[in-house]
Amino acid sequence: MDTMAAIKQTFFQECEEQLAELETGLLSIESGESDHDTVNAVFRAVHSIKGGAGAFGLDELVRFAHTFETALDLVRSGQIEADAPLVRLMLKSSDTLADLVRVSRDGGEMDQQRVSQLHDELTQVANPGAAPAADPEPESVAEASLPDAFAGEPAGEADENGFVPLQVSFDGFLDSDADLEPAAADNIFRVWFRPKPELYAKANDAAKILREICSLGEADVACDASEVPLLSELDPEGAYLSWTIRLVSGVSEDAVREVFEFVEFDCDFKVEQEMPADPGFSFEPEPVASVAEEPALPVEAGVEEAVIPQKIMDRIAEVAAKQTTAAKPAAGSQAAPSQQSQTIRVDLDRVDRLIDLVGELVINQSMLAQRVTEAGIARLSEVAVGLDDLEQLTREIQDSVMAIRAQPVRPIFQRMSRVVREVADMTGKSVRLVTEGESCEVDKTVIERLADPLTHMIRNAIDHGLESPEDRVRTGKPEQGVVRLTAAHRSGRVIIEVADDGAGINRERVVEKAVSKGLIDPNIQLSDGEIDDLIFHPGFSTASAVSDVSGRGVGMDVVKSSIQALGGRISIASRPGAGTTFTMSLPLTLAVLDGMVVNVAGQTLVVPLTAIVETLQPKESDVHGLGETSRVVSMRGAFLPLIDVGYELGYRETETDPLNSVAIMVETENRAQSALLVDHIVGQQQVVIKSLEANYGHVFGVAAATILGDGQVAVIVDVDAVVAGKRTDPARTDIANRKRNAA
Amino acid sequence: MTHVKEHDMASNNELIAFRIGGQEFCVDIMSVRDIRGWTPTTPLPHSPEYVKGVINLRGSVLPVIDLAARLGFRSTEPTARHVIIVTQVGTQSVGLLVDAVSDILTITEDKIQPTPDVASELARCFMKGVLAIEGRMISLIGLDSVLQTHPNPGSVN
Repeated sequence: MDTMAAIKQTFFQECEEQLAELETGLLSIESGESDHDTVNAVFRAVHSIKGGAGAFGLDELVRFAHTFETALDLVRSGQIEADAPLVRLMLKSSDTLADLVRVSRDGGEMDQQRVSQLHDELTQVANPGAAPAADPEPESVAEASLPDAFAGEPAGEADENGFVPLQVSFDGFLDSDADLEPAAADNIFRVWFRPKPELYAKANDAAKILREICSLGEADVACDASEVPLLSELDPEGAYLSWTIRLVSGVSEDAVREVFEFVEFDCDFKVEQEMPADPGFSFEPEPVASVAEEPALPVEAGVEEAVIPQKIMDRIAEVAAKQTTAAKPAAGSQAAPSQQSQTIRVDLDRVDRLIDLVGELVINQSMLAQRVTEAGIARLSEVAVGLDDLEQLTREIQDSVMAIRAQPVRPIFQRMSRVVREVADMTGKSVRLVTEGESCEVDKTVIERLADPLTHMIRNAIDHGLESPEDRVRTGKPEQGVVRLTAAHRSGRVIIEVADDGAGINRERVVEKAVSKGLIDPNIQLSDGEIDDLIFHPGFSTASAVSDVSGRGVGMDVVKSSIQALGGRISIASRPGAGTTFTMSLPLTLAVLDGMVVNVAGQTLVVPLTAIVETLQPKESDVHGLGETSRVVSMRGAFLPLIDVGYELGYRETETDPLNSVAIMVETENRAQSALLVDHIVGQQQVVIKSLEANYGHVFGVAAATILGDGQVAVIVDVDAVVAGKRTDPARTDIANRKRNAA
Repeated sequence: MTHVKEHDMASNNELIAFRIGGQEFCVDIMSVRDIRGWTPTTPLPHSPEYVKGVINLRGSVLPVIDLAARLGFRSTEPTARHVIIVTQVGTQSVGLLVDAVSDILTITEDKIQPTPDVASELARCFMKGVLAIEGRMISLIGLDSVLQTHPNPGSVN
């Protein structure tokens, strides 16, 4: 049982990959960058999911995947064109397929109406002549649609026929080299045949029909046993098998149909004249197909349906196992040869354990270095040199270990495209999602915890940011709104931006709202930036009516705090009429940072090196007072605000004398520079970030904690917060204070 | 000696008793992870007075709460003789600074009496009840309330 569960788990993992590939493929088709390989990859993804699902008896999944595959096959063979509405339908279908996979894995309820609606739409695509309303068996969408699609087929026009056989039929591609294909004399038919229980009840025999077809010419018969349920659920009088026959024969299509004359109401069947095999396309034999190679299966075993030997069930399990191992390399090598690289699956706990250990190693190494220095050993002695090498090695080990956890942001960006589609649907707005920098790598945890805030911001951007299509047209903008999601590395952090080209923040309304909610004093004059910042205030929501889309009781304050919890920052920039941009700056890893260790009022603090531009000893002539309390230091003609870290963090009551301090010039996220005053600099060192939030909570001005070489805990300064808390602008500090007090 | 299994806890509780400012308190032993001597803490900016700071506990950062200050007594001037009781509730670990650990008590649930009304408002909200043992009164501290709400409000999620 455990093996089965493990295989099943692998199947679902594979599904996730297939689904990602499916979506990537569809998106590149949507953007018009696709070629034949892309279409094939998309098709294969659905096909693999279907094959695996069949092996596990996930009927609902198989049915939907089958219909989806059918439609995709038509695109693949060039019979229908993948125009915009079709691609949209396919993207929706891929979302639904993902849902079905998830429901199969985790349990839960599927939106049946949505599934069957998409099912109908896909069927419609596969066969434009068919009207879903004409379903003879409406209670079972999948079963009904198959004969229906067939019934609507214009006689004799096999090309327009939307039928794709079950997976076994690809044997046909394999077995017959395109060159050897009989040119014209013989017709090639693909016949699909699925008896209903009634067929057997009326004492007909599937074997007879198969034999009759075989007598028409050269036939390859393949049996599809994927719908056979577990023995315990098997209805002895049920009918579970279907067959696909590839027939090379001189007879006409009508002659083939004649075979089914006496059973046509007791079975589902299709006869289709086969297209010449596409020489540019070769299909890997999928293990499911090997069911057909089992010699016992095709005719004899199939007829006696009531008895499904355990052998078959075992075989199916085996097939599934094989498929899960075989599917991936096949997909990888065909879809994108450039991405070919070997991977192993490792339990995340093991990686994390390794990272923890390396963290301890780093602490230990710096502790050792400190002891060696304290012992007065010369810098050039062999011990010190050896220690330098050790430090180098430790760093390399650490970087390599961190790289294990680093993942591209692509999957989460892809998930957002689904959010965009859904919200666009709900709001009736036309939206295009543009993504950039998907290959940026960030720590897995960062990526995972980014999903919710990003989803919320995208929803917001579409729901509140973008105007209605009419309004857009009126203001001379294209009807389709654009939401831009970008990722980029900048100075050791990853910057993720969510930008819309909507109307921008309505500052008047924000102020009005903030005043009415008592968040700000009505008389206070706020800069545009400060007004924009108000939307991060807890409980602030500008939408006058709580909409279904973004009004879910969480506001931007929640987004802000989840970003902060990741050691990140979020800022907003908005231009009226031109749109709003949210910028998130996130650490690449949650584990280590390079820091400058400083001393302030007897406390040891760490300032992240990424923020530091340079350090200097202020001279008296450089320091100027500005206003009552503020001081600035002039540097190369620029005046930078001086901020006493010790005072800001409450380590001392009065501000220190800049002339007895060291000024550390820092650059914050918005690229503004300030000078932080510290008592003296101890040194520079890589520190392991330890969460303060796990056992305590977020502290203003503190990014995290770390453990120094001497075993003492030191806090890591949140430079942006310290600088923002002390902007020379009085209104600003006022807001910051009020925010703090209100909180 | 007394072998206490988890499912026995309903009837037989083991408690760690300790002293703060001449009064006796206790906590459930199941939430105690470690007891260690006082080590200097690293103060945290903008923290409430009862948060003494953080210490390094085998590689993780442990906040230390001055339980006396938390209960509304005078705050402790810690010396090497003071003790930190490392407790865990849920996923959160917190050290409690107390004067000294005195005893391990084994009691049954029915020995716990409701907190008398005379106790101060602050003390009452941290106390789950009182025990009378050999003429002493020992207050049972509910750790949930001690550990909760101490970080800056607005950042708890």
